[in-house]
Amino acid sequence: MAKLILSLDGTVMKEVPLDRERLTVGRRSSNDLQIDNLAVSGEHALIVTILNDSFLEDLGSTNGTLVNGVPIKKHILQHNDVIEIGKYKLKYIAEHIATGMQPAVAAEFEKTMVIRPGMAARAAQTGASPAFGAGPAATATTTQPGSAGQAASPITGQQSRPASAPPAAPPPPAARPTTQPLASATQSYAGPAPTQTNLQPQAPAAGQLLGAIQILTGPSAGKELELVKNLTTLGKPGVQVAVITRRPQGYFITHVEGANFPIVNGKTLDAQAHPLRDHDIVELAGVKMEFFHKGA
Amino acid sequence: MAILSAALEFASATDPGRVRSHNEDSIGTEPEVGLAVLADGMGGYNAGEVASGIAVAVVSAEIKRALSGRTLHSIDPATGRTEAECIALKHSAKANTSIFEAARSQPQYSGMGTTLVVALFFDNRVCVAHVGDSRLYRLRADAFEQITRDHSLLQEQIDSGMITREAAKLSQNKNLVTRALGIDAEVETEVHVYETKPGDTYLLCSDGLSDMVGDDDMKITLASLQANLQLAAEQLVQQANDNGGRDNISVILVRVKDDYAAPKGWIARLISWFK
Repeated sequence: MAKLILSLDGTVMKEVPLDRERLTVGRRSSNDLQIDNLAVSGEHALIVTILNDSFLEDLGSTNGTLVNGVPIKKHILQHNDVIEIGKYKLKYIAEHIATGMQPAVAAEFEKTMVIRPGMAARAAQTGASPAFGAGPAATATTTQPGSAGQAASPITGQQSRPASAPPAAPPPPAARPTTQPLASATQSYAGPAPTQTNLQPQAPAAGQLLGAIQILTGPSAGKELELVKNLTTLGKPGVQVAVITRRPQGYFITHVEGANFPIVNGKTLDAQAHPLRDHDIVELAGVKMEFFHKGA
Repeated sequence: MAILSAALEFASATDPGRVRSHNEDSIGTEPEVGLAVLADGMGGYNAGEVASGIAVAVVSAEIKRALSGRTLHSIDPATGRTEAECIALKHSAKANTSIFEAARSQPQYSGMGTTLVVALFFDNRVCVAHVGDSRLYRLRADAFEQITRDHSLLQEQIDSGMITREAAKLSQNKNLVTRALGIDAEVETEVHVYETKPGDTYLLCSDGLSDMVGDDDMKITLASLQANLQLAAEQLVQQANDNGGRDNISVILVRVKDDYAAPKGWIARLISWFK
């Protein structure tokens, strides 16, 4: 379970588990996390937690909410984010990341799973899903515009209920299926998500040398082309084309189209990708060019 | 149908990726009838493979069989949908039942399910049916667009405005789908028909590609390697692996080379008039 660590001037005051779907922060005692300080608004901020994601929202506070020094209105919290409210700091710890799961286990949890209505009760029992409790929480979320329950509610209406549940699945709750906000996984989803969170394409390694091509013969002789993109095609479409790919391991050349294959250092390539080394001479559609690494 | 198979070019690639030990994705192409099917299975042990395997086998075989003697562009008077849509809906429901029954009768398969994306090309159009977070993209001239909308928790959060498209890339809830084949006795398959144009390239993929390779890189790859579709498919898989390959990666590419309008002679008109 993710948590917040509240501190003031570097002194840790409190740990706040994100064990509920909505956690309010403010000066008034009605808040889940009360910070009794005049710089903090009565209702200052809200943290909505859905499975492994926590969303921070500033509730129109007088002095604002900062994340890592930047004022925010809405923000999806990332491990080690520091929320500033007045002089107070709240550090967000995504527990599964902090405890460092085994990669194999992490991969297991990352597998695609189905969520659907009727699973919420079980999730609440096992504590697998902190966000979607059954019962009162369900009622609350359906009345809160823009809340998680709202976001998820379309599922309930669309999915046809099973005539009879599969053997391993728990029986669907009989009571008020239409107010069930969301669901958890059909697989036993007992743990948090993976250690690595960034699934975004990575740019080629920072240390990787930039490659370039210089044309040696033909009308464009002397012209230089930096290979910045992941993929650069060379040649004459319809006659002969090759592609140079930029990969973490370096640059590779592959034949794309045409009867003739590219020639590297006098040797004709086959259909396989061929790694390019500094000062390799490539011949393509009758034009010679040199591959080289730019600057060091 | 001869016209169709000459007008379309197919290529595909599938790979377990760099983390998973086995491939739970399944793909199938039937170029002679203009059909591409891709499924991303889920469930313990090998149940995911079983589910996606059933989905692809049932949908490909049944649709192929249903096509003989049918005019896909004729409109079903009861639903107002094209015949292609009706066939796609009917046979994805059939696949759903097969998986659901297998999961019920065999304990080791219990809880298995699969996503599905189907592209059925006919009469200068494509019928797209999907369930879950496997996607169809289209490259038309300079525009690369995602055609399907995921049935996933994340997509619902984006739709409701609680999370932006940018923030969604950071979400930990990427892997939660809200619809899948084989989970319930019935499934709601989303189906649409789009016009195609010569020069279009269609990309069907599992989330192992779309989570690992950005739209821009997919676009550049498709645009620059159009002349060698198989290489383009392999390059996409390689890029996903270079970026970590954290899930199974499957890609089907379909390039529209030419017109493939259905013959609309007087016989065809007469037949469709009687239907």
